[in-house]
Amino acid sequence: MDKTELLNGLRKTIQQVLKAPYYQKKLAEVGIFYPADVKTLEDFQRIPLTEKEDLRQNYPFGLMAEPLEKIVRVHASSGTTGKPTVVGYTREDIKLWAQIVANSLRRVGVTSNDVIQIAYGYGLFTGGMGLHYGCEELGAMAIPISGGNTHRQLMIMRDFGSTVLCCTPSYALYLAESLEEAGISKEDLKLRVGVFGAEPWTERMRAELEARLGIRALDIYGLSEIMGPGVAMECLKCNGLHIDEHFYPEVLDEEGNILPEGETGELVFTSLGKMGFPVLRYRTKDLSSITYGTCECGHTGWSMQRVSARVDDMLIIRGVNVFPSQIEEAILSVGGIEPHYLIVVDREANLDTLEVLVEVSPDSFSDEIRELEQLQDKLKAKIEDTIGISARVRLVEPKSIPRSEGKAKRVEDKRKKIF
Amino acid sequence: MLQLSIFLENAKGRLAQVLNLLAEQGVNIRALSLADTKDYGVLRIIVENPEEVAAKLRQHNCVVKLTPVWVLKVPDRPGGLAEILSKLVDEGVIVEYMYAFVEKENEQAQVVLRVRDKDIMQAAMEKVMAERN
Repeated sequence: MDKTELLNGLRKTIQQVLKAPYYQKKLAEVGIFYPADVKTLEDFQRIPLTEKEDLRQNYPFGLMAEPLEKIVRVHASSGTTGKPTVVGYTREDIKLWAQIVANSLRRVGVTSNDVIQIAYGYGLFTGGMGLHYGCEELGAMAIPISGGNTHRQLMIMRDFGSTVLCCTPSYALYLAESLEEAGISKEDLKLRVGVFGAEPWTERMRAELEARLGIRALDIYGLSEIMGPGVAMECLKCNGLHIDEHFYPEVLDEEGNILPEGETGELVFTSLGKMGFPVLRYRTKDLSSITYGTCECGHTGWSMQRVSARVDDMLIIRGVNVFPSQIEEAILSVGGIEPHYLIVVDREANLDTLEVLVEVSPDSFSDEIRELEQLQDKLKAKIEDTIGISARVRLVEPKSIPRSEGKAKRVEDKRKKIF
Repeated sequence: MLQLSIFLENAKGRLAQVLNLLAEQGVNIRALSLADTKDYGVLRIIVENPEEVAAKLRQHNCVVKLTPVWVLKVPDRPGGLAEILSKLVDEGVIVEYMYAFVEKENEQAQVVLRVRDKDIMQAAMEKVMAERN
């Protein structure tokens, strides 16, 4: 895409976001009232960044750029506290998204002959439905099995002859193990491609998944605020994830300066051509680097390296975004508890585990085991209700959780040591 | 009578640590019981001057609670405890937990009793005592 074409695309996005009063105000602050006020890329780069907090402030529909009767679907992801962040799609957006996903799949050799087992969650999370519509667009057979129920996953994988598996890489590893336990060898299956995403993974995990499942394991990237899965995906060459042309990437340093190609910083995206919920310079909080070029697969454009880390403290547990602040809020909503806690994330048998250690205080301590157990259950229920995944709660003695200077250590992620 | 209840994590050596702490303070434990779960336990002890001991333990970051309990003398013969307990239950007493110890001097059996409603227990005890006399 040449510069003129890019600027035209960016101006169209500006025209679209200006329909939302919030963006009007934000852009007016930097002297942009009309799309034509952005004459150069430098003008564009003066536009303030958009953050999750902006979405929260406009909860639920404040940033929609089309009237609500034109929105045919919403998705949502967890916010740092309380309310989720909501995004909306017009009929055309859904079509565009499906084409983007279909193109990504086509690039790795998936065709209408494939049987695609979609083991991402279906629902407010974009994973399941994002892949699903892409499969249908491609003309492949979609199996909308959603996540969980491992036994049934294995049965269907074998009986239906699934050729493509879409899920989180950790769940794929779990399925691989379960297959071995069930005495099903990879020769009994027709799997050949894995499309894995929604959580960070490594080359080591790729090698293991490819060997155990007899597949090519490929990384897919996306987030609901930008579109959903398909914002970028690897091709069979695995030289980074090719960013679809409907998303304009920038990489910024901590001060918000634009970094040159190949340097690692925070990924920021602007959508091009999305109507219902266009985004301008959205901060993903994901750390990566980008390069422009032509790949052997034929893709010309931007590619991103696999996300190496996060800028904030967001955790991805079993593919679900979890912020420590959500867990804190849940703990504090149960009375008599002091905010001394430690979130321990680990991986047992390739499944993420979440344990929350909570210090017992003189107020919350009861002499009776029954009441302590009730407290534990209450904390567990509250946490699970807030973040949507299961957690183990363990009561510990006061002062047993290490206090560090300044910011307390709230999270211990043991998974990093394994992979 | 006030019992000391101490929260203990299920960690190697933790019980010994707390007991050493009590020993250093010159505290003599007259009766003891340990309730345990997978992750933690509650150490319950009967000592002289429980308030004082609780304050000292708190200085050492222990979570301590003073819990009102009853200490009953029990006839040291078969059915001794069953007899008393049945009478209390007939009066509506609900027992949360209980543990026993033997007084050194006269070999008298005693039980520590934690009940749900102390007023019911008070009334029941008065009635049972009156019957005994």
